[in-house]
Amino acid sequence: MKDLSVVLSGVKLDNPIIPASGTYGFGQEFLPFYDINILGSLSFKGTTAESRFGNPTPRIAECPNGMLNSVGLQNPGVDHVIAHELPELRKVFHKPIVANISGFSIDEYVSCVEKLTKEDQVEILEVNISCPNVHGGGMAFGTSPEAAASVTRAVKQVATKPVYIKLSPNVTDIVSIAKACEEAGADGLSLINTLLGMRIDLNRRKPILANVMGGYSGPGIFPVAVRMVYQVTGAVKIPVIGMGGISTARDVIEMMMAGAKAVQVGAANLVNPYACKEIIEQLPIEMEKLGIERLSDITRI
Amino acid sequence: MQYQLIENTQLTETVWRMKLAGDTSAIKAPGQFVQLTVPGFYLRRPISICDWDEETITLVYKVVGQGTEAMSAMKIGMELDVLNGLGNGFDTSRCGDKPLLIGGGVGLPPMIGLCRQLIAEGKQPTVLAGFNKASEVFLQDAVEAMGAAFVLATMDGSAGVKGLVTDAMADLDFTDICACGPLPMLKAIMNATDKPAQLSFEERMGCGFGACMGCTVKVKGGYKRICKDGPILDREEVIW
Repeated sequence: MKDLSVVLSGVKLDNPIIPASGTYGFGQEFLPFYDINILGSLSFKGTTAESRFGNPTPRIAECPNGMLNSVGLQNPGVDHVIAHELPELRKVFHKPIVANISGFSIDEYVSCVEKLTKEDQVEILEVNISCPNVHGGGMAFGTSPEAAASVTRAVKQVATKPVYIKLSPNVTDIVSIAKACEEAGADGLSLINTLLGMRIDLNRRKPILANVMGGYSGPGIFPVAVRMVYQVTGAVKIPVIGMGGISTARDVIEMMMAGAKAVQVGAANLVNPYACKEIIEQLPIEMEKLGIERLSDITRI
Repeated sequence: MQYQLIENTQLTETVWRMKLAGDTSAIKAPGQFVQLTVPGFYLRRPISICDWDEETITLVYKVVGQGTEAMSAMKIGMELDVLNGLGNGFDTSRCGDKPLLIGGGVGLPPMIGLCRQLIAEGKQPTVLAGFNKASEVFLQDAVEAMGAAFVLATMDGSAGVKGLVTDAMADLDFTDICACGPLPMLKAIMNATDKPAQLSFEERMGCGFGACMGCTVKVKGGYKRICKDGPILDREEVIW
């Protein structure tokens, strides 16, 4: 019997598989496909203080080995999430929940963290300072070490659960930002968010996305994610959740060999709603081939 | 879910008919769609269900890009990964005795399954199809084989009534409308009649089952995901 369990900041997960925020809603859409309690955890759709419609459509463009999205943090707002989405999720999901939080000001991040940290079953607060699809916020906090540290310090003041800062790959030096978050008190890091990209419709000679640019996700970004996780875990002591293009059990093990303690699966859920289930079922088989008894034994190469 | 390709036939210069054999129990209503994996492409292709029975699904699709081009080259016997029975579909219980089913170009296919279902419920549907010219017409035989009235409009007058579907509508007696086609056509139909209408919308989709929020549009009183809460919207909720 292989041991798939991992521990993140004292939070034990039965396995390291966490659907990534924005690709799994609040779990409900996946109920027709499998029992979502097989997951290690679940990072819910990025939540802001106020409800947001997001960007105009088209919001999706295809790429080789991936896709662009410019959804723009569509969500019903933190109060609605607490009153409706979380109670519905708790009815069907009995594992630790990762609350994904976005904002346009430090005050907004603080107010969302203050509310969600009190919620039962929310065990990790994932603070997204890296959304590429909103103006005047989101990624702006994730592109300088000072801004990243100030968000981290502010949310740590009110958080009663571990705070993981979700980092952007759209920076010159992700290590300096990771270290700034660690020094400011972050309990862990999540990386990477999507890579900023763009596609053009040749016939119309116009961008495919109404918002012109969007975040690139899918297997195409996996090598970038592995590289960044490897660089960051070489420089910080806090745990890292690795993500970016993970689609198979072998990708999970590779990401853990890069230094990640757990992983998130994003775009793969959208093209194959069974992706997380298949990965969880395949993991023991790949572990057997590699002579791994306990996933948590994997150390950074 | 796996399906086997049992037919892939060219109907016009750009339109093809594909039949898939497999479990069709997930299909609950006409107007739903499938998400089909095309080898070599990351995203699935959303294609409306033209018609279905207990063992087969018929898809009629237009080659508009590289993905549908690759679909047209698929060989009989190939195994395809398909998510089936997606979206809400038309609610036939809300149709009157004489519904008018309007399909513009490649918006026509879902009207076939809808027409069949309405006939089975004892209603008398009329199918009105709009095309640019006679050589583009497809599925006329499928409608006539069911014994339903078929009215044709072509822009150049090379077949049926000359003009738009709204030109052909003027002479027809109907209780309500179900329509699928280009946005300007849907708008023109709404301007031409005040009768109840269920309209099928199209958006670029990510997942097709409501998770990614890639296809959300604003409607009166909120927003809807075209893939999950649609693709059929009631005329009363649409913001034009």
